[in-house]
Amino acid sequence: MTVIKIDKTEFASGLEKLKGSNKLFSPAKKGKDFEFAKLDAGEVPDLEGCRNTGMSPKSLIYPQSETMFEYTTEEADPDANLMKDVEKDYAPRVVVGLRPCDAYSFKLVQRNFESPEYRDPYWADSYEATAFISIACSQPYSTCFCTTAGCGPFHEEGSDIILAEDGDGYIAKAVTEKGEKLLADAGWATTAEGGEDKFASLKKAAEEKVTSSIDISKVRDMAILDLYEADFWEKEAFACINCGTCTFVCPTCWCFDIQDENKGKEGVRMRNWDSCMFPLFTVHGTGHNPRDQKYMRLRQRYMHKLKYYVDKYEDDVLCTGCGRCIRMCPVNIDIRRICDKMNSYVKA
Amino acid sequence: MQNPYLPFPVRIAEIITETEDRNLKTFKFEFINPEDEDKFAYKAGQFGELSVTGQGEIPIGIASSPVEKGFVKFTVNKVGLVTTHLHNMKVGDVMGIRGPLGNSYPWETLEGKNVLIIGGGFAFTTLRSSIIYMLHPDNRPKFKDIHVIYGARSPGMLLYKDELAEWEARDDINVHITVDGTDDPDWKYNVGFVPTITEEKAPPADSDTYAIICGPPIMIKFTQPVLDKLGYLHDNIIMSLENRMKCGIGICGRCNIGKEFVCKDGPVFTLSELTHIPKEY
Ligand SMILES: Cc1cc2nc3c(=O)[nH]c(=O)nc-3n(C[C@H](O)[C@H](O)[C@H](O)COP(=O)(O)OP(=O)(O)OC[C@H]3O[C@@H](n4cnc5c(N)ncnc54)[C@H](O)[C@@H]3O)c2cc1C
Ligand code: SF4
Ligand code: FES
Repeated sequence: MTVIKIDKTEFASGLEKLKGSNKLFSPAKKGKDFEFAKLDAGEVPDLEGCRNTGMSPKSLIYPQSETMFEYTTEEADPDANLMKDVEKDYAPRVVVGLRPCDAYSFKLVQRNFESPEYRDPYWADSYEATAFISIACSQPYSTCFCTTAGCGPFHEEGSDIILAEDGDGYIAKAVTEKGEKLLADAGWATTAEGGEDKFASLKKAAEEKVTSSIDISKVRDMAILDLYEADFWEKEAFACINCGTCTFVCPTCWCFDIQDENKGKEGVRMRNWDSCMFPLFTVHGTGHNPRDQKYMRLRQRYMHKLKYYVDKYEDDVLCTGCGRCIRMCPVNIDIRRICDKMNSYVKA
Repeated sequence: MQNPYLPFPVRIAEIITETEDRNLKTFKFEFINPEDEDKFAYKAGQFGELSVTGQGEIPIGIASSPVEKGFVKFTVNKVGLVTTHLHNMKVGDVMGIRGPLGNSYPWETLEGKNVLIIGGGFAFTTLRSSIIYMLHPDNRPKFKDIHVIYGARSPGMLLYKDELAEWEARDDINVHITVDGTDDPDWKYNVGFVPTITEEKAPPADSDTYAIICGPPIMIKFTQPVLDKLGYLHDNIIMSLENRMKCGIGICGRCNIGKEFVCKDGPVFTLSELTHIPKEY
């Protein structure tokens, strides 16, 4: 794959060219955090200022609230009560300046939205329309544990182009065909002398800065039911207030609710992010709730990420190690600690 | 690939009030686009999402049988928002159905076997679908003995009363109807809880005999030890679960029990399978 060098003026002019046929999104300062926002003509993203965004980029592909269908219940209308598709914008988009862990997160959730049996058209069409230019990390947070969560500060899978800061510019590596095409469209073409080597040495230096880790080596071999029945869940969940923050900031939490919203006789069928941390999530029509205590909900979240997903897809954890849930949990619940409890659990 | 969230438009063709408390109604739907009926080709044990425009969607077991053509039927208990609205709808109204969803009863495994069906209360819907399927002349030779134990609180709470009477009169199916209690002097069937009747009437256990159980949790709780006592293998006990659902296709993340989604990997599981899965249902 092509490795090139882009200086900062070239970078800005290339992005302008891309804006001709794509919508661009990148981190922008909003209050004290950076969040993804649309880049208008002439705007250059502040890639240096942003260590990472507060929210993950998942809403760019999978909005927090999204209309699926529209309808009318007006009986006089020949289409009364029929669900109608709504117009969607799947014109090409480019996300610039997301972190490699966030780009990788989409690959983890893709298995859910595009199974062999069903394709979620909203997620899949949106994902297909999007290209990702990620920027490798040179200053990971103390809460980052990506290198043991299936990715890393220079992880390539999920990105179309990955950038690494290098003096007055970036070394850019095209990871996919889509990435190669973007390089061409942006007019970025200066071969980087010794680019691959430079990239590898920056990668090694960055990985060494990620000092925090998780280990699921023993979790893999444990029976689901043994871990589920383990004695530490109530204690670990003691402080949790079931606020759902961890699920909303998480790039790999995907649960949603479907609701009909009416205004008079017109209405839309929407889907909205939901959270397994909320008590109503599992209440049956009869009032029975299989997860009626908060520790059960916390257990569900961490078992899903660290065990159910691992077993279901015989793969890595449903977590990229971005550390957002650790930084934002109001009561300091730490997935690394829970993972450690799970991995060191010995059935009595 | 078609949008799995888009319901097939249907029209309510008939509404039957099933029980004396009027809380259970059977809705017969006809597809507005006839070609959708083929797309909805289903097996007994599957379910659909009934879409009531402006109210939402609910997962409901398919009560009609694959051998019945030209319509689909669902029997709905009135409990909350959508089900109450549905109960107030009338013949001719337009709504939607998504599906068929979920796995089904394991028909390939059941062929050549004795089948014992145990149902309680209004969870008899997919069991009706199964019985009608097995009794069809094309299918009846594929199964050995068929036993049905079905119980409700009182005679007036039994579903599908005409069909029950019809099956009762046949000699290729053994039907044991029971009620918890009745003051009807003409009641000619059993009185007693389902577990008790199961103990009395269930065919002997062997590797060729399978039991399908659907009913309220309390019935299942007390019937399972009876089947154990009779020697039924846990591989041969088949159950259908209900969890709160939204998408019905394994995507929205709502209905999981451990790594399985009840909507997509279930709702039908064997008791052996359930032994290894968290009891979050
Ligand atoms: C596979 C399967 C098969 C089934 N088969 C049948 C069948 O054959 N017949 C049958 O009668 N039933 C069947 N059920 C049960 C049926 O799906 C429920 O009774 C039905 O969904 C209740 O819907 P409702 O809208 O009337 O209740 P709701 O009003 O939705 O109430 C359901 C629960 O959801 C909660 N809730 C309601 N609104 C909200 C909200 N806005 N936000 C958060 N929580 C909310 C409430 O806490 C309530 O307890 C089946 C279920 C499954 C999973
Ligand atoms: S773990 Fe923390 S962020 Fe998540 S629900 Fe509990 S309190 Fe909120
Ligand atoms: S109902 Fe959505 S995953 Fe089962």
